[in-house]
Amino acid sequence: MKRNLIIGGALSTLFTLAALLSFLWTPYDVTALNIGAKFGTPNGQNLLGTDHFGRDILSMLMVGARISIAVALAAVSFGILLGVPLGLLAAARRGSVVDEIIMRSNDLVFAFPSLVIAILITAVFGPSLWNAILAIGIFNTPVFARVTRGAALSLWTLDYIMAARVAGKGAFRISFEHILPNILNLLIVQATIQFAVGIIIEAGLSYVGLGAQPPIPSWGRMLADSQTMISFAPHLALFPGAAIVLMVLGLNLLGDGLRDALDPKIRRART
Amino acid sequence: MTRFLLTRLTSLILTLLAASVVIFLVVEVVPGDVASVMLGLNAEPEAVAALREELGLNAPAHVRYLTWVSGLFTGDFGQSHTYRVPVSELIADRLWVSLPLAIYALALSTFIAIPVGLIAATRAGKATDTGIMGLTQLGIAVPNFWFAMFLVLIFAINLRWFPSGGFPGWDEGLWQGIIALTLPAIALAVQQASIMARVTRSATLETLGQDYIRTARAKGLSQRQTVIRHAMRNALIPVLTILGLQFSFLLAGAIIIENVFFLPGLGRLIFQAITQNDLIVVKSVVMLLVFAIVTVNFLVDVAYAAVDPRLRRRA
Repeated sequence: MKRNLIIGGALSTLFTLAALLSFLWTPYDVTALNIGAKFGTPNGQNLLGTDHFGRDILSMLMVGARISIAVALAAVSFGILLGVPLGLLAAARRGSVVDEIIMRSNDLVFAFPSLVIAILITAVFGPSLWNAILAIGIFNTPVFARVTRGAALSLWTLDYIMAARVAGKGAFRISFEHILPNILNLLIVQATIQFAVGIIIEAGLSYVGLGAQPPIPSWGRMLADSQTMISFAPHLALFPGAAIVLMVLGLNLLGDGLRDALDPKIRRART
Repeated sequence: MTRFLLTRLTSLILTLLAASVVIFLVVEVVPGDVASVMLGLNAEPEAVAALREELGLNAPAHVRYLTWVSGLFTGDFGQSHTYRVPVSELIADRLWVSLPLAIYALALSTFIAIPVGLIAATRAGKATDTGIMGLTQLGIAVPNFWFAMFLVLIFAINLRWFPSGGFPGWDEGLWQGIIALTLPAIALAVQQASIMARVTRSATLETLGQDYIRTARAKGLSQRQTVIRHAMRNALIPVLTILGLQFSFLLAGAIIIENVFFLPGLGRLIFQAITQNDLIVVKSVVMLLVFAIVTVNFLVDVAYAAVDPRLRRRA
């Protein structure tokens, strides 16, 4: 369905642009306190209202988008840089001890939910944005390793790979010159999905205080701050949450749309 | 089946052992001196030395590891530094909140997701299907703690149907406990139900395209009878796998949700332990969570193999 691609692409672009724009311009200074204007509901001056310090919520959301996107992007890159080579290696050495070790290590990481990884890291090193990236990145790694291995395995049986081997190419060159380009579509789709997962995990980590630390604005922390005020100022909780939902929804739709557009074979069995 | 069980059981034990090594390394070896981490930067050297003595940190790492793991087998998880009670007691208390919550949420999401997924599959391509699929997309994107906050606003603060947080304890009666866990369970269930409904839908669609379904229809069964008697059984196999995966998501999700509702479960315990640098508690609770996840997935694999004989040979 083209519709997924268009809506997902539009939402993702919107948030990315807002995050980029926030480097140059925000409606108000996010650090400027204006106690006189606190708990302002959405109005002409502050489109999404103001928080308990009188800060402009729209401006905070724009800056928060940078953090969410940066963390998710870094964590996806971490997962790809580590997971894809491991997956390629496992596929190239399929059935060997190396393959077995990589796959069992994958299973091991899968036994730790991302939040539990984050808890372990934070308990020892303290909460920070970097530790959040590390935790989500570790969580992403076996996902990419598994997808890569699965896709690469089926390619290794094909004739043109056999031809490359006959031509004298080693497993390393075949993996990077022939296998990787052909599974790129799959990896792009998976990256989009993990991006969305990363946004939601980052929000959760920041919400419980294991992610971005003050004064860095983040969607998750805005939600945590708003919790005690929800009975009289629900808009403080409404907008950051809506931002997370729209961003994640956009990325998921984009992932679905890309999958349909890039790989006609899996168009039918969608979950 | 025996061979299959043995192979899976061996890998279960190996995974748990490897996990315990990883947890031990991260908590006790990587940070250097656990006692200094637990007491903070400004601690008196004497206090640190005393804690080292108390925790047995002067022994070599492999001895400490073996002590910890053999303790896990006998139910001796060590002593919490901040609470001054055995960790096993703390865990046992909290488990009575976290486990019922996870099961409640799992039951809710299953009872919602399977019928919804079946309806969507039988109306594939129609408005009902599009609507349901749209809703599940939304359900996947909604952070459960945010949803939880609005559940509290609507059903606890405005309508006063449920308490906004806290847990009276099971001594106050089963009903009171269930009431207290209802909003948290709903918040946890939404995302899982959305995922499961989508899996149910696609699995059902797949079976509905099979020849034996056409045969069933041809011999005169109605669409509803065919779905319930033939398609559902086969479609539920992939759903079963998802169920196992979901349990780990539910446990992790419960950690956050317990914080929204101030429920005295494992999630609250672990966060308190982090803020108090009580690494002894962190270590054992994380191990327990991993144990639960790995074991549930093992059980699902076994159930899966029992349902589908083809899988036994592949192991």
